[in-house]
Amino acid sequence: VTVAVQNVDTPGVNPAAAPRAVSSGGRRRGAGLIGLAPFAVFVGFFLGLPTYKIVVGALHGPDGSWTLASVRQLAHDPYKDALVQTVKLSLYTALLGGALGLAIAFAVVSSTSTLLRHVVSTASGVLAYFGGVPLAFAFLATMGPQGLATRWLVHIGVHLERFQLYGFNGLTLVYLYFQIPLMVLVIYPALEGLRPQWFEAARNLGASRAQYWRFVGGPVLLPPVLGAVMLLFANSLAAYATARALTSGSIPLLSVQIANTLSSNVGPSQENLGYAMGLELIVIVALAMVGYSLLQRRAARWAG
Amino acid sequence: VNRRTVGLLAGVLALGLAVAGCSSSSSKNSKAASAKSAADLGGMDQLAAAAKKEGTLNVITLPRTWANYGAIMDDFTAKYGIKITDANPDGTSADEITAIKSLKGQSRAPDVVDIGPAFTTVNKNLFAPYKVATWNDIPDSQKDADGAFYQDYGGYVSIGYDANRIKTPPTSFADLKNPEYKGLIGLQGDPTQAGAGFAAVYAASLANGGSLDDIKPGIDYFGALKQSGNYITVAATKASVESGQVGVTIDWDYNQVAFVSALKGSKVDWKVVVPKDGLYASYYNQAISATAPHPAAARLWEEYLYSAEGQNLYLKGAARPVTLKAMQTGGTVDQAALSALPAVSGTAQLASETQIDKAKAALVADWTKAVS
Repeated sequence: VTVAVQNVDTPGVNPAAAPRAVSSGGRRRGAGLIGLAPFAVFVGFFLGLPTYKIVVGALHGPDGSWTLASVRQLAHDPYKDALVQTVKLSLYTALLGGALGLAIAFAVVSSTSTLLRHVVSTASGVLAYFGGVPLAFAFLATMGPQGLATRWLVHIGVHLERFQLYGFNGLTLVYLYFQIPLMVLVIYPALEGLRPQWFEAARNLGASRAQYWRFVGGPVLLPPVLGAVMLLFANSLAAYATARALTSGSIPLLSVQIANTLSSNVGPSQENLGYAMGLELIVIVALAMVGYSLLQRRAARWAG
Repeated sequence: VNRRTVGLLAGVLALGLAVAGCSSSSSKNSKAASAKSAADLGGMDQLAAAAKKEGTLNVITLPRTWANYGAIMDDFTAKYGIKITDANPDGTSADEITAIKSLKGQSRAPDVVDIGPAFTTVNKNLFAPYKVATWNDIPDSQKDADGAFYQDYGGYVSIGYDANRIKTPPTSFADLKNPEYKGLIGLQGDPTQAGAGFAAVYAASLANGGSLDDIKPGIDYFGALKQSGNYITVAATKASVESGQVGVTIDWDYNQVAFVSALKGSKVDWKVVVPKDGLYASYYNQAISATAPHPAAARLWEEYLYSAEGQNLYLKGAARPVTLKAMQTGGTVDQAALSALPAVSGTAQLASETQIDKAKAALVADWTKAVS
């Protein structure tokens, strides 16, 4: 059965993202710059200045002289290990959370129940921001060695000896708890922008389902999906309270190590080492951004 | 001047004003700020009068349930009518030092700090020397000769457990290897960062052939305990203990005693024992900030803490006050509170600042590998 197609936008362009406003020449440039000033000041103070401070701090010693000592320390354990574990955890939870979140968002978008849509989007909004020590405790009380679910499983004869909530796998699971809803939250609008009419038009022109995704749906969705996965990656890089409450340093994440260098009860703070790890995080995110823009450029070529 | 520059300038100016607004009202009371004893101000009455005039005392990172600080602060306020602001109650010693440096010149900067031994000598230039009236009651090895810092109270590393669930009460570090404690032993936090966690590893080292110069056996001990599944890396908090996730913990004895009363009425019956192997003790230190916004109140606070009254309040919180020996000799000690302390056999050697620094470096390098 084919349906009459009306009101079809140009395929390959996300209508939500299409820029319409075009600058009307030089007269308004000055005014535009003034309009930009508050934003420039804001970015300068809250992004530029801190970044400058981190870079300078990372390259100084406690005595105030220039040195590479802190940066060099990053090549040794536990900081080397911290880098590996942090990137691994962020990558896994971003990819897994991205895939699962995308699937859930898809299911919800294609459902006809408005109630389901409301429930899922509201729940995602709440769950995506449930973190820190309370989240660690909630998981502990459920799936810890003495947790409710664990004890119930033991009761029915199932022993999950190899699963440890406070090991790497456990931490991945806990992070997915906020990564999946975050993915649902940020990818939902992009999925809604995917018009059913495009699919119908493609079918009318004789495309298979696979061809539709290969030439229409995929290229349209790829940039927002990549962007969302990037966000998840950064989100996981920065999270620390949950990991801290669950692992007591057995999984040395960079964020936890930074906190330790600044706020310790055991020894004097090592601000410069903390700055160096901050710089390391900036470099990781910068590299991820470069990868992201390369992928996006490729996606644009694919769509074109 | 174009309009953009004006806008920028206005923004910068507004920010500058806001910053300046925060950092006004530094102390003008220079007489109190340089007083090295109450006598320098003409005696205790003059000190108290000057402190009352300031009206406020800024303390930092004093949890109300820690070493009876809740009662101590309330009593000080009731006695002198000086309001106490307790900033960041759950912070760390490093946070206290950071606050002295970063809030310098502001009215909300800390007046006094309560810091771990690793934060004293290294920060000596931040502190104002002051000797309390009972200065001679503090053992020489427990104070800076110039009066920049002085120990206040301390405790022993102890084992706490839920007697309702643990059938064989542990009395030593060796006992904790018992399979009965599988999945039940938790520390207060990451030992490379949390004071009590660090002390637990240090004590375990002493129990396993280590010394104050060698923390390695303690790291290996926890590695083995993690391997056997007895030690879980979950932080021991009131919530994790009350819900049964953590059944055994190693912490300062005064914290454990505070735990006992905090858990009263729950299904947990918390018991405290100082292990017979691995006796490790540590004291915290008082110091007055050299840039305290309320220099007289800061000095009065120290006089109060080191009076028999203040020291006995520490004791009521199961923390061992630094002038305990002198108070026992002088007969001013609270006997009931003294006999309620967990029993200790023998005396512990106190680790020096260098020993702690060395142990911390070794712990940071090896802890993750040992317990992962």
